[in-house]
Amino acid sequence: MTQKPLLEVRDLVKTYFMDGVSVRALRKLNIRFYEGEFTSIMGSSGSGKSTLMHILGCLDRPTTGQYLIEGEDVSGFSRDELAVIRNRKIGFVFQGFNLLSRTSALENVELPMVYAGIDADERRTRAMQALEAVGLKGREHHHPNQLSGGQQQRVAIARALVNNPSVILADEPTGNLDSYSSVEVMDIFQGLNSRGISIVLITHEPDISLYSRRVVRLSDGVIVDDYQVQKRLIAAEEIRKLPRRDSLEEQ
Amino acid sequence: MSLFEIIKLALISLGRNKLRSFLTALGIIIGVTSVVAMVGLGQGAYNSVQENIAKMGTNLIMVLPGAASKRGFHGPRGSATTLTPEDSQAIERECPSVGLITPIVRSGGQAVFGNKNWQTNVMGCNDHYLQIASREVDRGRFFTAAEARSGQKVCIIGMTVVENLFGNLNPIGQTIRFKKLPLTVIGVLKERGETSMGADQDDQILVPFEAIQRRILGATHAHMFNVSARTPELVETAKGEITQVLRHRHRVKEGDEDFHIRTQEDIAEMAGSTLAIIGMLLGSIASVSLLVGGIGIMNIMLVSVTERTREIGIRMAIGAKTSDILYQFLIEAVTLSCIGGSIGILGGIGLSKIISYFISFSPEVSMPAIVVSFIFSGGVGIFFGLYPAWKASQLDPIEAFRFE
Repeated sequence: MTQKPLLEVRDLVKTYFMDGVSVRALRKLNIRFYEGEFTSIMGSSGSGKSTLMHILGCLDRPTTGQYLIEGEDVSGFSRDELAVIRNRKIGFVFQGFNLLSRTSALENVELPMVYAGIDADERRTRAMQALEAVGLKGREHHHPNQLSGGQQQRVAIARALVNNPSVILADEPTGNLDSYSSVEVMDIFQGLNSRGISIVLITHEPDISLYSRRVVRLSDGVIVDDYQVQKRLIAAEEIRKLPRRDSLEEQ
Repeated sequence: MSLFEIIKLALISLGRNKLRSFLTALGIIIGVTSVVAMVGLGQGAYNSVQENIAKMGTNLIMVLPGAASKRGFHGPRGSATTLTPEDSQAIERECPSVGLITPIVRSGGQAVFGNKNWQTNVMGCNDHYLQIASREVDRGRFFTAAEARSGQKVCIIGMTVVENLFGNLNPIGQTIRFKKLPLTVIGVLKERGETSMGADQDDQILVPFEAIQRRILGATHAHMFNVSARTPELVETAKGEITQVLRHRHRVKEGDEDFHIRTQEDIAEMAGSTLAIIGMLLGSIASVSLLVGGIGIMNIMLVSVTERTREIGIRMAIGAKTSDILYQFLIEAVTLSCIGGSIGILGGIGLSKIISYFISFSPEVSMPAIVVSFIFSGGVGIFFGLYPAWKASQLDPIEAFRFE
């Protein structure tokens, strides 16, 4: 490809020291993600996919090697510089949703903009738009405990989107959801991807990876497989095959 | 994130644990209440003493004899017999800044009227005393210059003496006896009450200096001079002039004086410094409770940081900088302590009001005391909130996420 990579990892090594023993979670990993891609990173537990996710998400720094976001090497960045990168360029979606409890959906979505220093009026407008984009119009003032798991995950997606990041990093986003909500979430991701938003998805469920375009398989800290998905599933079609549970979700 | 938003955030999260926040603030409330009330109490005592001293007349100067020293024997201060009525006349003549002067002698003993007697003090002075000491005659009159000069056997008595010797009888015109000397009562002093040191200023008999000096004490010296400067501004000048005159008359060199001069300011300063120490002591004891309140804040903030580890992790993941987290928790601690401080100030004012019902003087809660306690409680919040906030800001976002 001649296109410039969005995210690029060069000779990435991450070593943990636990009780005097060093554990190599990633060994000289090289990978590139391009603009508009929808990549699944697969692997069993202990394969290093969470470690990779933390480094891609600027939550952690590589032991050796380089990590470039849009051509900029961030591997030597300070804590606060990484915080700015996370705020502006990365949108996180987690398995456990990680919304602030006792805080409304709207305020949760506004939070990244608070740290970006955007004024209150614009924050409100953009947060409303983001919630509408994930189909939560009318539930802006609900608190997380008043929302279903699928809805909470959609609030988290709205929060990830709201600062127009370069990439959305989703760490097992369907891990805590039932199959219907999982497909719904994948539908939203496919919708976002079709609008050009790049997504990196970490999952251990092969079914889920089929909604993405590219699959990278990790094992023992190295890439063992990297291919384009041949028979891609379309979430909107899969939903129709599943038993309807709209009435349940209204509760 | 603007300061306003951080404060709003702090109020929201404090509001989530209302009881806990209140109990934590209670430490500060009690601390500030006691500081404000105690400092108010100290200030009130100081004011009442200064007021009493000012009643003595702001331009008052006292000339006291030095210590007697004869053939190597060194007596106590004030024991010298070097101040004479002639000295007082010389001061009156030669010191332009001096307004009035009276020599004073004192004697204690029984005053007798009819079948009643009363242990009291007799003070010999001249006709200027009333003005110098800024006292007034309630009934009757004071003795005249002529009466003073000729040592007439007349007296003016204080209220306490009236009560104890005459009861409801009119004392004017009656004759009392003091150490066998018959004295005709010609006036009654207006009541003044006790000095700040607890001496009864109404338990007194004023007699012309000449009468008591010759007839009772048989002495020629004065125990002290009470002098008033022409104006309060001239007090220091007058002090200098009197020093010059007395040095010359007593033939003493500088540093070798057989007398010493005290102005009212000196007395006020002495009394003031004692009370200031007491006030500071009260205040510092009270501030210990403020310190304890601060430790309470630190304790709860540490608990709060642990409880909210996950929240901190989320905030960091979506872009909160170290300083954002630091300020969030610091402002929370400061907000808590400032709210506590504000309530404490109101409590302190209330407590002073209550105390004022039980004591003779009124505690004064001054504006500086309020401002200082408020700033101090904010300072306690910063000091004790800093460590928990710093701890929160140093959390590793990955670790914070794993925390359940």
